[in-house]
Amino acid sequence: MNEIKTFDELLKYTQKEKIEIYEVCQIFESQELNISIKEIRKKVKATLEVMEESINNGIHSTKLSSSKMTGNDCKKLENYFSQKKSCLNISQQKALLYALATAEENARMGKIAACPTAGACGIVPAIIFAYSQDTETQINALITAGQIGKIISNKVALAGAIMGCQGECGSAAAMASGALVFIQKGTNEEIITAATLTLKNILGLVCDPVAGLVEVPCVKRNAFMANIAITGAELSLSGIKSVIPPDEVIDAMYQIGTFISPQLKESSEAGLAATKTGLKITQKLHK
Amino acid sequence: MEKTKTLFEVIGPIIIGPSSSHTAGATKIGLLAGKIYAQKPQKITFKLYNSFAKTGKGHGTDKGLLSGVLGLNVDNPQIRNIFEIVQKSEIEYNFEYLENFSRHPNSVDIIFEKPEKMKLSGISLGGGEILIDSINGYKFNITGNYPTLLLIYKDKPGMIYKVTVLIQKQNINIASMNCERKARGKEASMAIYLDSPLKKEVTKELSAIDEIYFIRSLEALK
Repeated sequence: MNEIKTFDELLKYTQKEKIEIYEVCQIFESQELNISIKEIRKKVKATLEVMEESINNGIHSTKLSSSKMTGNDCKKLENYFSQKKSCLNISQQKALLYALATAEENARMGKIAACPTAGACGIVPAIIFAYSQDTETQINALITAGQIGKIISNKVALAGAIMGCQGECGSAAAMASGALVFIQKGTNEEIITAATLTLKNILGLVCDPVAGLVEVPCVKRNAFMANIAITGAELSLSGIKSVIPPDEVIDAMYQIGTFISPQLKESSEAGLAATKTGLKITQKLHK
Repeated sequence: MEKTKTLFEVIGPIIIGPSSSHTAGATKIGLLAGKIYAQKPQKITFKLYNSFAKTGKGHGTDKGLLSGVLGLNVDNPQIRNIFEIVQKSEIEYNFEYLENFSRHPNSVDIIFEKPEKMKLSGISLGGGEILIDSINGYKFNITGNYPTLLLIYKDKPGMIYKVTVLIQKQNINIASMNCERKARGKEASMAIYLDSPLKKEVTKELSAIDEIYFIRSLEALK
């Protein structure tokens, strides 16, 4: 098969072949990497195992990162969920907790699976592990997320330095949103719509990390993005459609990414990084 | 238009955090540089430029580079403690933090000083993708994504044929290649990116060609 480069091609292919999105992805990857589909799924499972390990390590650690800006917030959230009455249901609570746990683990130099990047590594695993306990479903959901990320990557660099945070946490949220619709047994079209609605909602997100480190605002943003992914999935599952078609949203994302000032693309010369407090922290760290 | 990523570039790679460009990318540059150097380094200088210099310490760029040069891969938890680990050995190393805006934001020079001298430059492109773009002043484009054959040789007619015919004999497909020369009839460099790894015999046969001064056959990085 030829490489699928747009959401339009993806949907048409699934309709023609009567298969799921994850199946399209694993057929193509098997062909490209010259390994069996079984091998592909084994590798995906290994990635899931790392993701689960980072969630567990993150939840059980309160060790601060080397900059000391992040590392002990996950514990606060866990205590709050266990002691107070949260307005979220258990799965939503887990999603926030797992996203934060993984992102904190990343900041303290823990082992993580970038998804699609290290700075956005908490979002997809949070959704998959909060909403599914079945290994085969988790594998299919992660491949579905991967296929969404691949299509975004056709036009948009998944890198804050090139496209702003919309390319990193934004892509991750879209991937997670599609994965959740898959877990909830939505259709291929609903998976793509969820990713589209989510993407529309993160357009223009800049990358302005304090002191250039993957911590502020990145760590907490992972938790926020998990929630945005849930919203995208729910809207789509309700039958809501995107007025702007998926591939046009990606075009807009690319255009916006090129318009975002270089000062707001991982160079830490503006935004949060250039606030009074941001600068003070930077000076202290660079001493 | 970006190059489409593979599934495992999007859901992965598995790395030690916090940054795919500044930690994992740095480790990969070090790892590839170490493989090209192909001997145990005793003294190394790392020159970090621009963003690598400014945010390198907080991202563990320094730890990644040193770990990589010593053969650790991007997912090895020892990266975190590499300075303590190296303390027990006799390797000398030194980091310089520089600004030079003619260089890529995330670039580094790795200068092996002992036992032999070799200078390499690397760039971290984001998402863990990297490039070694120069070895001892010769231009290259080594990503570590393919088995790669590197040659420095005398520029004269028939050299590319001599090399590729040996590769063809093994029925190995060339994915891409590039050649550069310093001047007509002087030294030239060749990098050949392959779809499958080169057998040892081929490297041996190539080494026997008089006009080839430097040869490295690298496996793809995992």
